[in-house]
Amino acid sequence: MGLQKSEIMLVAAALAIGLLSFVIPDWLAFTTTLAIASALVVLGVVMLMRAGLVSFGQGLYYCIGGYAVGMGGRFLGVTDALLLIGMGVVVTVALAMVLGLLLTRYREIFFAMLTLAFSMILYGILVKSHNLGSTDGFGVGDWTLLWFDPEGGKGSRTVLWLATGVGLAVALFLNRYFGSSMGLACEAIRENEVRVEYMGMSRRQILYINYVIAAAIGSVGGSLTSLAAGHVDPTMAYWTISGEFVFIALLGGTGHVAASFIAAMIFIMVRTYAVELFPNSWQMILGIVLLMIILFLPKGIWSLFTRKRRVAS
Amino acid sequence: MGHPTPQAGLRRTLLSTATSVALVSAGVIGFGQAAHAEDTFKVGLVTFLSGGASGPFGVPAAQAAETVIRAINAGELPAPYDTAGVNGLQLESVVIDEAGGPTKQVEEYRNLVQRQNVNAVIGYISSGDCLAVGPVAEEMKTFTIAFDCGTPRLFDEVDNPTYLFRTGLDAVADNVGAAHYLNDAKSDAKRLAGIQQNYAWGQDSWLDFTLSMEQLMPDVEIVDNQTPQIFQGSYGTEISALQTSRPDIIHSSMWGGDMEAFVAQANVRGLLDQATAILTTGESGLHRFKDQAPNGTILGGRGPFGGFMPENELSEWFSKAYEEEHGTPPSYPASKMAQALLGLKYAADNSGAEGVPTSEQLAEALKGASFESVSGTVDMGLAGGHQALQPMLYGEYHYSDETGPELRNVRSYKGACVSPPDGQNAQEWIKAGFPGADCN
Repeated sequence: MGLQKSEIMLVAAALAIGLLSFVIPDWLAFTTTLAIASALVVLGVVMLMRAGLVSFGQGLYYCIGGYAVGMGGRFLGVTDALLLIGMGVVVTVALAMVLGLLLTRYREIFFAMLTLAFSMILYGILVKSHNLGSTDGFGVGDWTLLWFDPEGGKGSRTVLWLATGVGLAVALFLNRYFGSSMGLACEAIRENEVRVEYMGMSRRQILYINYVIAAAIGSVGGSLTSLAAGHVDPTMAYWTISGEFVFIALLGGTGHVAASFIAAMIFIMVRTYAVELFPNSWQMILGIVLLMIILFLPKGIWSLFTRKRRVAS
Repeated sequence: MGHPTPQAGLRRTLLSTATSVALVSAGVIGFGQAAHAEDTFKVGLVTFLSGGASGPFGVPAAQAAETVIRAINAGELPAPYDTAGVNGLQLESVVIDEAGGPTKQVEEYRNLVQRQNVNAVIGYISSGDCLAVGPVAEEMKTFTIAFDCGTPRLFDEVDNPTYLFRTGLDAVADNVGAAHYLNDAKSDAKRLAGIQQNYAWGQDSWLDFTLSMEQLMPDVEIVDNQTPQIFQGSYGTEISALQTSRPDIIHSSMWGGDMEAFVAQANVRGLLDQATAILTTGESGLHRFKDQAPNGTILGGRGPFGGFMPENELSEWFSKAYEEEHGTPPSYPASKMAQALLGLKYAADNSGAEGVPTSEQLAEALKGASFESVSGTVDMGLAGGHQALQPMLYGEYHYSDETGPELRNVRSYKGACVSPPDGQNAQEWIKAGFPGADCN
């Protein structure tokens, strides 16, 4: 099985980030790490969007991933980053398998509201958890990567490499997934559910599997964020954060896995410069920029690439 | 979504490509920014400029910073700060909004230090932001002053700090002080209730306060504690619940607009005729309550700040300069920001550095130091010389049209009375009956 063209591009992009990490300033390395981490969560949102569902509760799994890293280090003494991420995925998958049973029955606004409700339940529980620092959250301890011990870990090149590696793996997987019968069936469900059933496929099974995978990827994004930032707090499960992921998903569009990464990077760069240059009105700048992108590119940033191709041909 | 015609599509593609290119290049600006000039000292100021904490805390603090920095650069401050600049360098500030949560603040902190090349950072009102930024400050070896956040866990999470300082008190002192004040001024109190915002600040405050009351006034019965959501704004249900439990004291750690809304609503409903409220952050409403708070309401200012500032040259200068520029007397967050800036000036002036002092020199100069401030002499006596040890003050609010707002029956409790000795867990210290506290 040969590599597709977009896969070669993804690998090349990951290698480029790996090489660039030696020359870019630290703050940019950190920002890139956060962008990759949130792009993973956004990919989960995109997976659901392809099936016609909008989740306003992806922060639930983002938060679980983050807290798994924090609590695994603090209470269980686990320091290996990959193991910590894995723990988050296990907890997430277990929860998503239960919630998925209920959520896949719902569509449209009902799905959106229910996902939002579940993530706000987690937020409420964490706010009440005095031992976990309530709204203040708590710090993530130092971590290691396999045999490698990055000093302090946080914010270093190592976490960028880790994020790039994990991000590449997820991107390659999803690229194949979107083209697989399973991924295509999701799009078919968005267009016409009844027909999918007539074709002999179970729409609930497809949506269920899709939901669980999206949750697991969201958890990985949360784990990477907390490994990089060194702190977790309940805001991760708050609905505004979930809304941010939906926004980045719309910004990028559902056309390609790379779109989420590009959109996340643009979002985070626009935000950080808006905060720096317009401390009193950065939200407005952010809003205007995002509005312009939506007006000019209603199908997301990725439509820039596909349109060019159409025009050329 | 419509399908554009090829021509329109091409035009749109060109337009949008241009927009995107502009965006991306904007992102790359500042990539290789040249280091800042050698004759200025650049400080990053992080405070809420948007959201619920901006009105009562963030904006007054930013305004105070503006006033104090201008005076420092012009050399207009009273002694001992009457030299222009910090260590002879003009002070340049970069203001950043604190909104957005701890992860974003960690990102912005890194940007301040590495992209903007600030020499020091002063900021952080939210405890979560302090806890997240503290370890990063140590990692990045940058002199950082937390000017307002109240979490007692700050120097547990950052044990053995080098670069991180806090020039104010933590929330334990607020609540131990409140219990002492009640014990002295309201010794006939029988029934105590509380209302706290339902998040870490409110939960911690109520815990510290009730533990202290059990020690100091064991006969007082705790009858109720309401925990509304933060920024709820309307407290009808909570006020009804409090009225039915007939307290004579109501403790609240609510802050800002929530605190003012609660006071106004409870006053109208008659709750504050039955009971006296003790508001640990009430000072920020001192010049805003007018006749909405009943006379005799007990206010705290998180230390000798705002209306509780002692009379000295610095505080008189600050009150006057702030009021002239911003039209209202400084509240406690403004005083705390002024104090952090004076701490920075003290550290820079005494660093012994030629030119721009390094973070190490600044930290060395401020560690364990005593410096003059708007709140009197600040003794950096806690957390191994990294946190201020200051007295805690409470007083009664009185208002009349002739005199305006006043604080009466102000009582001051020494720093060593309201803060646990270094290295002691606050709750264990309270439960053990405040061993080593010096309250005379």
